[in-house]
Amino acid sequence: MSGQWTPSQRALARAAYRRGRRRRSFLVALASTVVVAVLAFVVLVGSPGWDRAREAFFDPVEFVAVLPAVAQGLWLNLRVWVVAGVIAVVGGLALAVARTTTAPALFPLRAVVTIYIDVFRGVPVLLVLLLVGFGLPALRLPWLPITATFLGTLAIVLTYTAYLAEIFRAGIESVHPSQVAAARALGLTRGQTTRRVVVPQAVRAVTPALLNMIVALQKDSGLISILGAVDAIRAAEIAVSGSYNFTAYVVAGFLFLLISVPLTRLVDAYNARRGGRGVGAAMVGAIR
Amino acid sequence: MTGPTPKPLRPPLLRVAGLRKSFGTNLVLDDLDLDVAEHSCVVLIGASGSGKSTLLRAVDLLEEVDDGVIELRGVDLADPWVDANAARARMGMVFQSYNLFGHMSVLANVTLAPRLVHGRTKEEAEAAAVAMLERVGLGDKITAYPDQLSGGQQQRAAIARALVNGPELLLLDEVTSALDPELVGEVLDLLAELRAEGTTMLVATHEMGFARQAADLVCFLDGGRVLESGPPEQVLGAPEQPRTREFLARLHA
Ligand SMILES: Nc1ncnc2c1ncn2[C@@H]1O[C@H](COP(=O)(O)OP(=O)(O)OP(=O)(O)O)[C@@H](O)[C@H]1O
Ligand SMILES: [Mg+2]
Repeated sequence: MSGQWTPSQRALARAAYRRGRRRRSFLVALASTVVVAVLAFVVLVGSPGWDRAREAFFDPVEFVAVLPAVAQGLWLNLRVWVVAGVIAVVGGLALAVARTTTAPALFPLRAVVTIYIDVFRGVPVLLVLLLVGFGLPALRLPWLPITATFLGTLAIVLTYTAYLAEIFRAGIESVHPSQVAAARALGLTRGQTTRRVVVPQAVRAVTPALLNMIVALQKDSGLISILGAVDAIRAAEIAVSGSYNFTAYVVAGFLFLLISVPLTRLVDAYNARRGGRGVGAAMVGAIR
Repeated sequence: MTGPTPKPLRPPLLRVAGLRKSFGTNLVLDDLDLDVAEHSCVVLIGASGSGKSTLLRAVDLLEEVDDGVIELRGVDLADPWVDANAARARMGMVFQSYNLFGHMSVLANVTLAPRLVHGRTKEEAEAAAVAMLERVGLGDKITAYPDQLSGGQQQRAAIARALVNGPELLLLDEVTSALDPELVGEVLDLLAELRAEGTTMLVATHEMGFARQAADLVCFLDGGRVLESGPPEQVLGAPEQPRTREFLARLHA
């Protein structure tokens, strides 16, 4: 029956009206974009230092010349990102769960975890990086690799593990106590309840926040350049000091954007798809 | 009190005696006594806040009580040295708000405890779960997630989750109060069926129709204790206590 529907005159008129509004909206948006773009161009190009700035920052020859070295550096950033991300996610979850334990024998564990999180959440990443980068080698531990990449990654891992532990903890606390009661009523132990009922729901609840942290981590991987690891930023720095032309920095920024913009869009799209739906509903989308 | 009740031949399945539970200064259960005989259906009625849920949660060891005895087949579960997980595994609890696990399909909800607590294999657990879900009329919702079910369907899934473990005692907390009137019937019919099969039940409810139809014993909770108890015709039809009469009058008003 419903397959036989022929739109009424009224429905056709409405559709035509909506099409008209959409076209109008598009034209308005286009016009205002053109105006803003032209204004920006005029201001930029008309500025007194434009010619020199263009040479110093947007030299096409330099752009092509430094691209391979900076891209090579970015490859290091990406590896650091993946390794640090995986360790921080796993570690953060482990710390968050450790905080929820109740066994008296585990009290020292809970205490250490709490102090760890307080410290590394409260200290700027940059400072952690300097302390780890220059402090640890001073200990002269024979088994400790003291490459800049290793120490830089370690510092980032230490910080992000603390950040992510806090996010996971918020997730664990967001799981309604009635879910725990239901699990305990079935005879599940505390540990089984945590693993099978609380953590899965907590992780799904904090996935948006988690993904945002992962994106932030990608950018912060550039901090390892401070210790001298030759990542994209350090590679650009080297190029700049050789040529006195800043285009290499622009190249590095361009490459970071190339990664982080699609990543952010992806995360936004995922979060939008989950919408404002509750924890339970969100999980459904994630599973299927 | 009420007329002479026939002396039970065996000790009751559940014996609650002198139970006391307070939240801070709020004394909710005050020296409460209650027996539930095997294969009987005991219905708890009482005003909102009279402690029905608290009593059920205490029996299922989800609340620590201040004092008193909670004996299941003669073993006092209130003793802290009793294995509480094992005790809970012998009882089934259905909550007012279903409390299904939102991240699991209906099937996973129902097979969780059999596999984790009762040591069933995946195949055994799934076969039993499917049979139980078909029994409660959810045979076609096995792969659905809780948020895809109506309230009545969620409540029936929760009942299946409790029943699949073959509990010795089924605790039901106002299992119909969150449901639309049309859905109440389907859940109550299911409970009446279980009752006919001899499932031992302790039920908190505001459904006097259900109490009248299915209860062996109706207990009116007031002031933290069982103020009046007896067969439904007596407690609901000709209550002795003025408080009970007041409560029933307000309910019918
Ligand atoms: N976790 C808690 N913390 C503090 N007070 C509580 C808690 N749970 C219940 N109470 C209190 O205990 C009293 C009894 O509550 P309970 O939920 O047992 O009532 P009820 O008879 O089930 O009521 P209803 O018919 O509305 O479900 C109430 O005064 C309530 O405020
Ligand atoms: Mg209640």
